[in-house]
Amino acid sequence: MSSAPKIHLKDVRKAFGDKQVLNGIDLDVAPAESVVIIGGSGTGKSVLLKCILGILNADSGVVDVDGTDVTHIPASTRGEVNKKFGMLFQGAALFDSLPVWENVAFGLMQGERMPRKQAKERAIETLAKVGLAASVGDLSPSELSGGMQKRVGLARAIAGNPEIIFFDEPTTGLDPIMADVINDLIIACVRDKGITALSITHDMHSARKIGDRIGMIYEGRLIWVGDAKTVDRSGNEYVDQFVNGRAEGPIKMQLRR
Amino acid sequence: MNFLALIGRVVLGFLGHIGRLTIFAGTALSHCVRPPLYPRLIGRQMIDIGYYSLPVVGLTAIFSGMVLALQSYTGFARFSAESAIANVVVLSITRELGPVLAGLMVAGRIGASMAAEIGTMRVTEQIDALSTLSTNPFKYLVVPRILAGLFMLPLLVLVADIIGVFGGYLVSVYKLGFNPGVYINSTADFVQPLDVISGLVKAAVFGFLISLMGCYNGYYSKGGAQGVGAATTNAVVSASILILITNYLLTELFFST
Ligand SMILES: Nc1ncnc2c1ncn2[C@@H]1O[C@H](COP(=O)(O)OP(=O)(O)O)[C@@H](O)[C@H]1O
Ligand SMILES: [Mg+2]
Repeated sequence: MSSAPKIHLKDVRKAFGDKQVLNGIDLDVAPAESVVIIGGSGTGKSVLLKCILGILNADSGVVDVDGTDVTHIPASTRGEVNKKFGMLFQGAALFDSLPVWENVAFGLMQGERMPRKQAKERAIETLAKVGLAASVGDLSPSELSGGMQKRVGLARAIAGNPEIIFFDEPTTGLDPIMADVINDLIIACVRDKGITALSITHDMHSARKIGDRIGMIYEGRLIWVGDAKTVDRSGNEYVDQFVNGRAEGPIKMQLRR
Repeated sequence: MNFLALIGRVVLGFLGHIGRLTIFAGTALSHCVRPPLYPRLIGRQMIDIGYYSLPVVGLTAIFSGMVLALQSYTGFARFSAESAIANVVVLSITRELGPVLAGLMVAGRIGASMAAEIGTMRVTEQIDALSTLSTNPFKYLVVPRILAGLFMLPLLVLVADIIGVFGGYLVSVYKLGFNPGVYINSTADFVQPLDVISGLVKAAVFGFLISLMGCYNGYYSKGGAQGVGAATTNAVVSASILILITNYLLTELFFST
C-alpha cells in the first residue's frame, strides 16, 4: 500500500469472561478504501467495530486511526476522534425520543453546536441524499419501516461529513430489493465520496457489491483477506464454505454455547 | 463448604455492586459541575418529575393529613386537645410523611420510567450511538435526571407539606368540628423552621437517590426486554429501600442531639 493506512489494527484481542471473542486481529484499511468483514453470527464482528469506536476497550493490541493510537485515550479526546467517525448500527439505534430530523442532525447540534434551524436544513438535505422526503423528518423513528430506519441511520452517519464510516450489517433484515437500495446508497454516499469504509455483514451479495477488499473472521482471527473479486477463488476452504453457504465443511456451527 | 462459597459469592457480588454504584455516582456528580449541560433536557426532566408527579403526591399528602387528624383525635379526644392534633399533623407531615411518602411515590413513578427508558436505550445500542456522535451519555442522560431529582423533590415536598396540613385541617374543622382559627394558629405556633427544612433536605437526598438508582439500573441493564424489566424492578426496590434507610439516618442526624 502506498499511503499510510487510515485504520491500523495490530493483534487486537478481546474476551468476555473466559470467552475469547477477538483473538489477535490484524488489519489495515487504506484511505478511501472499502473493506468488508464477513463471518457467521456471534463471531465478534460487532465487537471488533466497538473496539475501534471505543465503545468497548480491547484487552490488548493496538488500534491506530490516522496514525495515532486511540486504544487508551481519555474520554475527552475520544469525542474528538469520534468526530471523524460515522456509524450505522445493526438495529439502526435511532433515538426514539427525538423526531427523525433531530436524529440526523444530532451530531451537528451536539458535537458542532450548530443552531437548530441550520441543522434542520442540513438534516433535510441529508435525508434527500438517502431518498427520504422532507416530511419524513417530522415523524418519529417508531413510525418508520425497517428499511427507512436503516436509511435514517445512514443519513445520521453521513450528516457530520465523517472521514471513516462503519456499517454493522447494513442489509440484514431487509428484503432483497431494499437491501440493494441500501447497497447503492452506501456506494453513492461513501465510496464515490472517497470516504473510508469498514463494513461487516454476512450478506455475500452486499459484501461483493460494496467492498474493495473482503476479510473473513473466524474464531477471533481474520483467516483470509483479499480482493473482493477473488473471494470465489480464495483457495481457503473456510471462505468457500461461507461464500457458498454450505452446512458441510470445516466450519462447525456451535449449536451449544 | 458449598454453603460458605455461596455466602462468599453473594458478599463479593454485593461489594462489587456497591463499588460500581459508587463510581457511577461519582462520575455522574463530576459531570454535573462540568459544562456542557443540557438546559433543555434538564427542563424536560424537571417537568416530568415535578409537575407530573403533583397529582399522585398531592393525593398521598391530603389523605395522610386527613388520617393523621382522625387517628390522633381518637387518641387525644379525652383531653379535648385541639392544638395537640394540629401539632401531630404538622410535625408528622413536614418531618416524615411528606418526604418519605412523596419519595416512595416518585420512586415508583419516576425511578421505574428512568430505568425503563435508559435500559431500552442500552439494549437497542442507542447509548453506544450517543458516544459515536461525540455526546457523553452521562451528560446527556444521567446528569439531567439527577439534577432534576435533586431540585424537584424538595419543591414537591413543600407542596405536599401544605396539602397534608390542609388535609388535617379539613378533617379537624369539618368532621371533628374544631375552630378553624385555633387550628391554624396552633399549627403556625408549633411548626419550627427546622421541621420543614429537615424535610426538604431529606427530599433532596431522596430525589438524588431515585434518579441515581433509575439511571444506574437502566445504564447497566442487559439482555433485551427481560433485562429492562429486571432493571425497572431493581430501580424501584433499591430506591425505596435506600429512602427508608437514609430517612432514619437523616432523622438521627437532625433530631437526636
Ligand atoms: N457486552 C458484552 N458482554 C458479554 N459478551 C458479549 C458482549 N458483546 C458481545 N458479546 C459476545 O461476543 C460474541 C460476539 O458478539 P458480536 O460481535 O455481537 O457478534 P456478531 O459477529 O454477530 O456481530 C457473542 O458471543 C456475544 O455473546
Ligand atoms: Mg453483530
